[in-house]
Amino acid sequence: MVRLTINGSPVQVDEGSTVLEAARLYGIPIPTLCHADGLTPYGACRLCVVEVGTAPKSRLAASCTTRATEGLMVRTDSARVDRARRLLLEMYVATSPQSKRIQDLASAMGMRECRYEAKHETCIQCGLCVRICNEQMMAGAIGFSGRGTTRKVSRPFDQTADVCRQCGACLYVCPVSELRCQAGSADTALCNGCLNFSPPCFDSYDDAMCFLEPCHACELAGPFRADARTKIRAAATAR
Amino acid sequence: MVERVHHITDLEELERVAIHGRTSLYPDRIKILIGMATCGRAAGAEEVLEKVREVVAQKKLPYIVAETGCIGWCSQEPLLDIWVPGRPRVTYGKVTPKQVPEILAALPEAKPKLALAIMTGDDNPLTGKHADYCNGHGSKVDGLPSYAELPLFRRQLRIVMRNCGILDPSSLEEYAARGGYHALWTALWSRKPEEVVREVTDSGLRGRGGAGFPTGRKWQAVRDAKGSPKYVICNADEGDPGAYMDRGVLEGDPHSVIEGMIIGGYALGAHEGVIYVREEYPLAVARVTAAIHQAERADLLGDDILGSGFAFHIEVAQGAGAFVCGEETALIASIEGRVGEPRPRPPYPAEKGLWGKPTCINNVETWATVPVIVSRGSAWFSGIGTERSKGTKVFSLVGSVANTALIEVPMGTTLHDVVEEIGGGVPDGHKVKAVQTGGPSGGCIPAEKLDLPVDYESLNAAGSIMGSGGMIVMDDQTCMVDIAKYFLDFLQDESCGKCFSCRVGTQRMKEIVTRISEGKGTEQDLDLLEDVAWMVSETSLCGLGQSAPNPVLSTLRYFRGEYLAHIRDHKCPAKVCKELITYTIDPVTCNGCGACVSLCTGQAVVGEKNKLYTIEQARCTKCGACLESCKFDAVLVN
Amino acid sequence: MPTVETPILDETIVDKYEERRANLVPILQDIQATYSYLPEELLRRVSRKLHVSLSDVYQLATFYRCFSLKPRGRHVVQVCLGTACHVRGGPKILDRVETETGTVGLGTSPDMEFVVETVRCLGCCGLAPVMKVDRDVYATLEQSKIKRVLNRYRKKRPAGKDATDG
Repeated sequence: MVRLTINGSPVQVDEGSTVLEAARLYGIPIPTLCHADGLTPYGACRLCVVEVGTAPKSRLAASCTTRATEGLMVRTDSARVDRARRLLLEMYVATSPQSKRIQDLASAMGMRECRYEAKHETCIQCGLCVRICNEQMMAGAIGFSGRGTTRKVSRPFDQTADVCRQCGACLYVCPVSELRCQAGSADTALCNGCLNFSPPCFDSYDDAMCFLEPCHACELAGPFRADARTKIRAAATAR
Repeated sequence: MVERVHHITDLEELERVAIHGRTSLYPDRIKILIGMATCGRAAGAEEVLEKVREVVAQKKLPYIVAETGCIGWCSQEPLLDIWVPGRPRVTYGKVTPKQVPEILAALPEAKPKLALAIMTGDDNPLTGKHADYCNGHGSKVDGLPSYAELPLFRRQLRIVMRNCGILDPSSLEEYAARGGYHALWTALWSRKPEEVVREVTDSGLRGRGGAGFPTGRKWQAVRDAKGSPKYVICNADEGDPGAYMDRGVLEGDPHSVIEGMIIGGYALGAHEGVIYVREEYPLAVARVTAAIHQAERADLLGDDILGSGFAFHIEVAQGAGAFVCGEETALIASIEGRVGEPRPRPPYPAEKGLWGKPTCINNVETWATVPVIVSRGSAWFSGIGTERSKGTKVFSLVGSVANTALIEVPMGTTLHDVVEEIGGGVPDGHKVKAVQTGGPSGGCIPAEKLDLPVDYESLNAAGSIMGSGGMIVMDDQTCMVDIAKYFLDFLQDESCGKCFSCRVGTQRMKEIVTRISEGKGTEQDLDLLEDVAWMVSETSLCGLGQSAPNPVLSTLRYFRGEYLAHIRDHKCPAKVCKELITYTIDPVTCNGCGACVSLCTGQAVVGEKNKLYTIEQARCTKCGACLESCKFDAVLVN
Repeated sequence: MPTVETPILDETIVDKYEERRANLVPILQDIQATYSYLPEELLRRVSRKLHVSLSDVYQLATFYRCFSLKPRGRHVVQVCLGTACHVRGGPKILDRVETETGTVGLGTSPDMEFVVETVRCLGCCGLAPVMKVDRDVYATLEQSKIKRVLNRYRKKRPAGKDATDG
């Protein structure tokens, strides 16, 4: 077992765990984009950065690829981490504003401004598709090619490889392929839909219409947001 | 030269080899030495060598013609040295094949009109000895200064470059004559491995590749690490544009690196070494490969080195055109047959390196220093330099400076002394504006701060880094916004692209700086630039990304006014940024010669011969060829 | 010697190497040096021989700058854009080379005589600006010298500065 400290609290995890796994085990939320359980950690999106070490020698490190070591001090929500996440997300929104996943993450941070020109790129190079093809589907039909700004996910020689079984795992796992609610209409990179409107179902139908997962909008601004839940519970027990 | 194969199994044999070497280093006949490193060749040294051989053969002259590496005075290449037994060694600079017969005809007298300087002897920092050339024929040549007097050389202390320009890099014997492989002997036969590590630690040597990590501490970490086999790697992927120190050492004295690595292997319990050289250095690859073969034939590499039972083998791996492979984990990935994508650290290569095993990676200069520390001791070495930066550092002093050269100075020498005294200042009446150190990971030190001593801490505090040793002098003709754009362009090109921060962050920074350079920037852009720079430096996966914002941040710190001039006034004070300048022809000074017309890429120069020419702005591509070709200073840049 | 247009592929270039992952880059470098590019057929053979996925081989071939998937021009012109060359007019030399060879941006010229590339530091910074054509290095360049230098290589087999072996 390895003992470390996260946000001031002592935690214990198995040897060989990452800081991200340790945080998740204890229910401490850390946003990620290129992480998926069951696939090897990649460390490309940088969204999972946390502050490790103690001042003045502390630094930001990607929690998914940082080993939990004995005595490590970790802070998941320091001012430095918060600034890093905001700046990263602002750039993600500008890179792929059509992605629901990214818009949701931005809304969850209460982001109101995006200062960059939107690019509408369909790939953020998180590597999930390549990894699922290699590690889960054992095919290796796609990979990265090029370098730097010309780097992209591709099929070798731009031909579908013989080893591709057309399983669709790459599509399934892509965080950008799920389009945002206002996909076509919004002029701005940041849609802020969730932050700016009240979900219609509860007020109109006196009932939540989602039975599995509440809409993100609801989580942020509707009756299912954290501070309103106690009121609902209180109202329900009072009835 | 004729290579005698020696199997060196004892000190006597090593001494015999050294004696042979001495007869070719300091022969009893006239020797003509030509600098045949890459910059010599670029300047035309091959033609000079051919001409020398031709004249010597034709006239049946009993002279020895030999090649050597870089003596360091690059702006004077091709360099040709004449060694006449008993007389000072005379160096001729900027030699052309036409001058060769004249120079040779004058021998044994010198031709001071064509010569640069003389050497009356040379120091050997490895042995602490000084070899005197002159005996009875006097130690002066009329009208020629000695190297010891020249500002370029008198401040230098050539430890790493100890043999460059003195011996023939293809001669193992000459290397032995200069004390080579004696340190290896001492290490294998008189020291325990941990003693060698302690000596290196006590010397205070810090990695010369750029980061300046204490070498002894790295070695100890590799020694303590669990796992086998262990590896030793020489990082010769010198990718910083403007830096060629490692090339100078590999081309001029490859055995010094090999000896250092064998000693390192012994100290760390490693039996295999790899020298990773960038493929853009074919001559360095050839020289070091040949030196390895020589060492193998002499039992200085192999299964039983110097009869001690210690085994060590070295392989050469070539880079394939990726700056990022200078980063240690990317370099390792490249050797392993993968793309050069850095891996997160920790774990550091000392713990998990090549093939997942404990690996010690050090830079060329660091390895070349090891034999000297073993021979002269840590106390001697730590007596040079400053309190926290010991020893010397090799710099490639380039850019707007009179003496572009490969120099080696004690740590603590001020930038001012390097530029003004050693470099001879900025030529053509221009002034120093900034000195750039550390390559794309470094920053620009402005003219006001040139009294800074060259050491790791001072450069870091000023917003730059020591880096691998590239030192570029910039004058008032350089635009700092353009320099920031240049480095961002470079980093964007060379980023491996794996992590978002670096790949997209450098792209976005480049967009902003480009906007500013075109006169389309706003003051909010400066805040945005600082935010992106912070994000990239804090969240990037590897050192390339983490230091990528340094050029931007340091130019913003010291030259904010220049950025503001581009933004507020739409002007480029240094007259570099194309969108903000115009080329015009002064009607008063133009005499209609038409020299500017043929080279104009946009066919923008119009007019009549012998009358007057003008530039049609709409077609001008700002190529600057007209300015270059006009002999009457009639082309103006506004 | 295979020509640029119709390479006759000799597969022993791959087969002579041991099946070690560490040989991947050296094999590709060997193929590149022999054929001046990496033919698809040989890359497929490398993938089979070394038991490495074709995606991985393709990634290597496209990551490293010294490799090319398409036949390149006969003579390789590398203009140095290192920092020292940049401040001494390197970009202007590059523009001039592009104009003289007819390449638009970097790449192979329309007549397949030249391929224009940039390189960041040949290590001759003391004599900037610098450019390399095949194995020959030219220093202290000026725009007016470019045409003459390039003409030495036109319509000749890859030859050196001393082009008398024509």
